[in-house]
Amino acid sequence: MNLDARTPDGPIAEKWSRHKFTNKLVNPANRRKYHVIMVGTGLAGGSAAATLAEQGYNVTAFCYQDSPRRAHSIAAQGGINAAKNYQNDGDSVHRLFYDTVKGGDFRSREANVHRLSEVSANIIDQCVAQGVPFAREYGGLLANRSFGGAQVSRTFYARGATGQQLLLGAYSALSRQIGLGAVKMYNRHEMLDLVLVDGHAKGVVTRNLVTGEVKSWAADAVILATGGYSNVFYLSTNATGCNSIATMRAYKKGAGFANPCYTQIHPTCIPQSGDHQSKLTLMSESLRNDGRVWVPTDVADCEKPSHQIPEEARDYFLERKYPSFGNLAPRDIASRAAKEACDEGRGVGPGKRGVYLDFADAIQRLGASAIKERYGNLFDIYQRITGDSAYEKPMRIYPAPHYTMGGLWVDYNLQSTIPGLFVIGEANFSDHGANRLGASALMQGLADGYFVLPNTLPNYLAGEKPGSIDTGMEAFRQVEADVNAFTNKLLSINGNRTARSLHLELGRLMWEKCGMARNKAGLEEALQKIPEIREEFENNLKVVGTDKELNQELERAGRLSEFLNLAELMCHDALERDESCGGHFREEHQTDDGEAVRNDERFAHAAVWEYKGLGEKPVRHVEELGFKDVKLAIRSYK
Amino acid sequence: MNLKLKIWRQDETSGAGRFKDYEIRDVSPDSSFLEMLDLLNEKLVEAGESPVAFDSDCREGVCGMCSLTINGVPHGGHRGTTTCQLHMRSFNDGDTITIEPFRANAFPVLRDLVVDRGGFDEIIQAGGFITCRTGSSQDANEVPIPKPVADDAFDFAACIGCGACVAACKNASAMLFTGAKVAHLNTLPQGKAEKDRRTLAMVAKMDDAGFGNCRNYGECSAACPKEIPLDVIAKMNRDYAVASVKGIIGK
Ligand SMILES: Cc1cc2nc3c(=O)[nH]c(=O)nc-3n(C[C@H](O)[C@H](O)[C@H](O)COP(=O)(O)OP(=O)(O)OC[C@H]3O[C@@H](n4cnc5c(N)ncnc54)[C@H](O)[C@@H]3O)c2cc1C
Ligand code: SF4
Ligand code: FES
Repeated sequence: MNLDARTPDGPIAEKWSRHKFTNKLVNPANRRKYHVIMVGTGLAGGSAAATLAEQGYNVTAFCYQDSPRRAHSIAAQGGINAAKNYQNDGDSVHRLFYDTVKGGDFRSREANVHRLSEVSANIIDQCVAQGVPFAREYGGLLANRSFGGAQVSRTFYARGATGQQLLLGAYSALSRQIGLGAVKMYNRHEMLDLVLVDGHAKGVVTRNLVTGEVKSWAADAVILATGGYSNVFYLSTNATGCNSIATMRAYKKGAGFANPCYTQIHPTCIPQSGDHQSKLTLMSESLRNDGRVWVPTDVADCEKPSHQIPEEARDYFLERKYPSFGNLAPRDIASRAAKEACDEGRGVGPGKRGVYLDFADAIQRLGASAIKERYGNLFDIYQRITGDSAYEKPMRIYPAPHYTMGGLWVDYNLQSTIPGLFVIGEANFSDHGANRLGASALMQGLADGYFVLPNTLPNYLAGEKPGSIDTGMEAFRQVEADVNAFTNKLLSINGNRTARSLHLELGRLMWEKCGMARNKAGLEEALQKIPEIREEFENNLKVVGTDKELNQELERAGRLSEFLNLAELMCHDALERDESCGGHFREEHQTDDGEAVRNDERFAHAAVWEYKGLGEKPVRHVEELGFKDVKLAIRSYK
Repeated sequence: MNLKLKIWRQDETSGAGRFKDYEIRDVSPDSSFLEMLDLLNEKLVEAGESPVAFDSDCREGVCGMCSLTINGVPHGGHRGTTTCQLHMRSFNDGDTITIEPFRANAFPVLRDLVVDRGGFDEIIQAGGFITCRTGSSQDANEVPIPKPVADDAFDFAACIGCGACVAACKNASAMLFTGAKVAHLNTLPQGKAEKDRRTLAMVAKMDDAGFGNCRNYGECSAACPKEIPLDVIAKMNRDYAVASVKGIIGK
């Protein structure tokens, strides 16, 4: 597997501009001869499709929802980072770069992160020009807030619906191109496989989710922008349809999958209330600007209502353990601290799996109306789900799976190990290392889509003869046949278990053995049990209906089939990464006070997995990571 | 909780639909409305019957994918709440609940409770954007925007494109949806350059896509889970009148 990152030479701050200059271009008159496929039109795919079409390329785009405006990016609440330094508080491109490398626990590629920081400021300019209604100060200038892992205010936001407004911005740009005919958009289409011609990605096979029609599409390059895989846990903050079919099918076709074990457990979600639940709801990290996290010091107090617990009997554990970052400690650290408190029996609420997030001080300091202005919609969401008002008593929160740093390996050009297959947004592994900082996913998705891919894709296209591929080729027939055979298999098992019940079982196992904390014995156990669930899936699954109609059970089963494969891959990766770093916490590797212990000598690399066939152990390769511009150090937020 | 459900079943757009009765037992009052339907579907699949198709994705009230007319009201009639945010504690044990798709000529049923809202995308494609080439924008703080203007724009931009306004309207008018986008973009200084063109194009497309006329019934805003105010319609009518007059004078 060729893992040459193709990182340009030169000082870190000049790499991107030099690279843009040396990249090959496609002249404007020739661009319309090229055809690209965009799978996924969330922030990353929507912005990329719009920009490529605007440059003159022909784009065919797909999403599984009934409109691109509904991609899961829409649910992002808190904000988007950018090194604008509008607050004059010492921010800079270099500081954002530094914070991100450190926040990622020194497991990301420096050159990519620096580029991300460089283009971050342009993203805000672009979005404002599109009409994204970011929050403003009375003087009319843009407002900022702070997010975890940073000591500056660099997060731009649109009340508690930043993702919605950014996605609607990208969607409007995309819609304009659809209206102009430059993008052909196919909603309610799911990519079920990738087609390679002479080792290059040259097409996809999709299923029309309304009619069931299976169809081939040819192009000069394929881009995956299909989001993350937190739903492997069944319960997560992701939309219920989020899935890993596209990335896993590409993996099976030869694309390396990097760091699958790097998953982010978000500290502030509404705790689980029962088995009926289909998803968990996030309470934005921005709440930690004003909310204080605590549990009772004494286990005996846990049953009491919060207002009966006096100040001196409360343990504000984040403020106590991490005085310089306090409630804004990064996500992995805050999540583990909450778990630790609950493991000690000091959790609150049903099942004692919850900690308080308390706004009483902030309400007293700023008034309820100021808090309402900042977080009103989040408080409303909380009330709808729990029936409680956070203006009157503290919220109860608990960590939940939220984001996946792992994904398909890409080089500096965002190209996977399959030539012609590019991967952007949460679907790739780049930029965040072992832990993503808050408000940096939106930044990365839009950086990839608006500014990076449109500058790197032409370099590949320039070397390809446009229009040399058509769906009549044998390669397409073969993949279509495979897709149909797989669907027929799912429909013919006719057993007793629903896809949902099997997914629930897989999710529980993953949460227990490969969730917030992992250990060797647990991972080995999971690696035994996952094949058992897969066997049950293959022999006892029940899907009703046919493949020639809108069939949501069939969709669910197809998605689960890849979650099963991915779960196994995650456990292999977690087992072999015998260190703790960022979101990957191996219980064997911690300090006396429970902090993660990295092993830079053995693991300062990205682990990239190569598929070797179903049931075979995949092969682990490495991309060594060099740290020249940020010195390797113990990540401390104390 | 135990409930009786009357659910609209329809195999495909051209097929005839009908209500079918179901009973469901042991529903947790803490579960959401869609989780109650998930539970029903689990039972149906286990019994080898075809599950009820319905749309949803984020399940937290922001993607606009969920729909459903519940007891005759789009999204079930709780202020500012989408179907996916509706919880079973709002119902009583023993209730009978009627569940239908969003009904409008411009929203054909695809199956059971799933409808095609593609007309909304077409309206946006006609003019629901600000033309700005990627990478050529000025600094974001170059043009200060007074906070009240930005706040208004946000309020209008909060629309999730769910279609409840159309389903609630006797005429299946899309004025609230279209008005919200027009108001969002026309309010901002960045959107002024294309204001007339945008308004005319979006209104024309709205008629084209088969949505009905507005008769000021106001049902749309009452059903809107994002509480988009009726003002956006008045505002769009004003902008439309100005743009039309300019158009005539221009010719
Ligand atoms: C609740 C929540 C809150 C968040 N808040 C923040 C925040 O405040 N700040 C921040 O920076 N980040 C936040 N994040 C993370 C961030 O929202 C995501 O990482 C980011 O939006 C992902 O964008 P994307 O474009 O990569 O993927 P998505 O938006 O998930 O888009 C995926 C696209 O792929 C399509 N797709 C998927 N599979 C297929 C297939 N097989 N065939 C066809 N199409 C397919 C989908 O239809 C969709 O169009 C949050 C995440 C969650 C869950
Ligand atoms: S205006 Fe309201 S009801 Fe209509 S589509 Fe938008 S959010 Fe839905
Ligand atoms: S499912 Fe997203 S708004 Fe209801």
